[in-house]
Amino acid sequence: MTKSQSIIEVNHVSKQFEDGTFALRDVSLQVKKGEFVTILGPSGCGKTTLLRCIAGFQVASSGDILLNGEDVTDMPPHMRPVNTVFQKYALFPHLNVYENVAFGLKLKGVEKSEVERRVKRALKMVAMSDYEYRHVDSLSGGQQQRVAIARAIINEPEVLLLDEPLAALDLKMRKDMQLELKEMHKKLGITFIYVTHDQEEALTLSDRIVVMREGKIQQIGTPTDIYNEPQNCFVADFIGESNILSGKMIRDRRVEFCDQEFDCIDEGFGENTAVDVVIRPEDIYIWKDERGKVKGGVSGQEDYDPEDRVPKGNFTKWYGVVDSCIFKGVHYEMTVKTDNGYEFMVQDYHEFLPGTEVGMLVKPEDIQIMHKEHHIYNHFEGEVLKNGLVRFLDADWEVTEEQIAPFQPGDKVEVRVAFREVDLQDHEEEGVLSGEVHYILYKGNHYNLTIRTDEGYDLYVYTNDIWDDGDRVGIVIPKESILLGKMME
Amino acid sequence: MMKVFQNRRSWAWPYIVFLVLLVILPLVLIGIYAFTDIEGHFTLRNFIQFFHKTEAVNTFIYSIAIALITTIICLLLGYPAAYVMAMRSFRTPAVMALLFILPMWINFLLRTIATVELFHMFNLPLGEGALLFGMSYDFLPFMIYPIYNTLQKMDVSLLEAAKDLGATRWQTFVKVVLPLSMPGIYSGIVMVFMPTVSTFAISELLTHNKITLFGSLIQRSFGEGGILMWNYGAALSLIMLVIIGATSFFGQNDTETESQKGGLL
Repeated sequence: MTKSQSIIEVNHVSKQFEDGTFALRDVSLQVKKGEFVTILGPSGCGKTTLLRCIAGFQVASSGDILLNGEDVTDMPPHMRPVNTVFQKYALFPHLNVYENVAFGLKLKGVEKSEVERRVKRALKMVAMSDYEYRHVDSLSGGQQQRVAIARAIINEPEVLLLDEPLAALDLKMRKDMQLELKEMHKKLGITFIYVTHDQEEALTLSDRIVVMREGKIQQIGTPTDIYNEPQNCFVADFIGESNILSGKMIRDRRVEFCDQEFDCIDEGFGENTAVDVVIRPEDIYIWKDERGKVKGGVSGQEDYDPEDRVPKGNFTKWYGVVDSCIFKGVHYEMTVKTDNGYEFMVQDYHEFLPGTEVGMLVKPEDIQIMHKEHHIYNHFEGEVLKNGLVRFLDADWEVTEEQIAPFQPGDKVEVRVAFREVDLQDHEEEGVLSGEVHYILYKGNHYNLTIRTDEGYDLYVYTNDIWDDGDRVGIVIPKESILLGKMME
Repeated sequence: MMKVFQNRRSWAWPYIVFLVLLVILPLVLIGIYAFTDIEGHFTLRNFIQFFHKTEAVNTFIYSIAIALITTIICLLLGYPAAYVMAMRSFRTPAVMALLFILPMWINFLLRTIATVELFHMFNLPLGEGALLFGMSYDFLPFMIYPIYNTLQKMDVSLLEAAKDLGATRWQTFVKVVLPLSMPGIYSGIVMVFMPTVSTFAISELLTHNKITLFGSLIQRSFGEGGILMWNYGAALSLIMLVIIGATSFFGQNDTETESQKGGLL
């Protein structure tokens, strides 16, 4: 992509708030003219801050933002050729629909007849022609959103910024508006930058998706790229359903996971490298295990020959027993437990009842290999107490002075604890709080435990010790392992 | 008996008694007195007497003028103060708000006497100037508070939307902030104008009885005039009531939204 083609260039932008926390860390992004780019991430990932930096409501602490090649990093919002559609519409309650839409044009001193012509055209565009003189309070959420869009596009901005514009609408309305937005984008030819936490929305609408987490860009790519080739566990987990396993790249095109070797198509990870493996549940072929010992049986499918659907060839197969089966409308979603303790989520058009012994296989091209994530943390909401302790998970914890120094008693803080750092005790009374082993996933070289505390919180723990489902444990977190950060909106 | 207490409607009875005895009954009495002479016969003479006395009418107009000027001074001082407090430029807006509201905690009379002492201390003459100063000082919080309330509740994204659409700071203020704070301004105006137009003790203290306001006129009719002047005083009260009543309808074409957004009213 040459520079002249990109309408927006974000170069190494960081945003640090007054209290020292980072909302953006070295974010770089280029947006081409006419593109529909979605910034996707969970709440607090910095996606809204990035949008607000582009709009001019917030100024980047470092780095610069170019609009059409011109540096706008410090330009006030009213001078930028961008317009924003706000999450809660932000329509002016003292003006009617017409006056709201005409607001920008009137400020520019556009002639009255011209204003009228353009307002009518914009309202027609969003199918709100008959509402010109209605009070904005009398409109439904969807209608208000349409007016907000009309108000933004009437100024013919070069870039339209949309901050979770559909988040406040109900599901059906949201689906309709998604299609309309897509249509509008085609018609207008304006560049759209769209912020959302809804991965489905991002996949439906975008030309490209920017996945963010904790102020950093995780991956930029087309919806297909992001879905089929997630670059790390976070992206894989955030976009769609997935089975994530720890594995080992034995050599190019050969990976080991679930104690078995599989052919794959990835290269360049080196030999015997620890990796994470992602398999989408719909990519797993499943059939009634030919080894017999049927406990449940395939409901209503007795005479169907599974081998018709299952690709023939020299694929690695593995076996398990169906643990649960849920009807999801179009398909069934099954959890299959293997003998060696793995659980797989499998989606299939056929129902396999719990207890059925099944065989599974996955095609080499459907195995996605990723570099291993090293830092994975538990995140909790906490509150700083007067005596230097921090309260989270309904218990009081000791933390280091260095961690607590920036905070005052009463401050709400984000608490992070690495999965590896949580210490589990045999006797529950030895822990600061107690819980029960709720879920175990073996990820190749360690167990990934979910501990459910007695208060109902989930805590993730990586450990080499062997625990059983339902074990009572005491939970200890060394004070050096409790990291505090400022709460993000 | 239990049933009576369980019925929540019955809880309103003490107040209803209070309302009838101390609000409705006196109002009815004022009405009756205003339209009767000392013997209890219907007459309009009390009103005619008022409109024929130039001095009384002048006092009436003067009182309204003083109240208006006080209201304008309070608005001019109060709006910027409320704006600055509400716009989050202060780290502790609550503390600032408290400082502005604090004078409200001290009794009016006490503050007025203090103001008089202040004027004595600096050798300033009591009179019209002192009256305007004292009343503005007394009633300023009543202007600030409702305006602050509306401004503070204003959605920040509205200001951002205005800027986003090309409005400068000043345009944002004129086209968005000011119109949206009108309910607070209305409340403030009513809150200041109503008590100032009927004030009497404050004016007597601050002007050393040199200036007579309408409130004093009424007070004197009842206090010094003895029973003979009660009917006249009642008529004056009724006239004032009409004026105050008119103010509270000021800008009330959309009462509902106002009470939602407005401050004290």
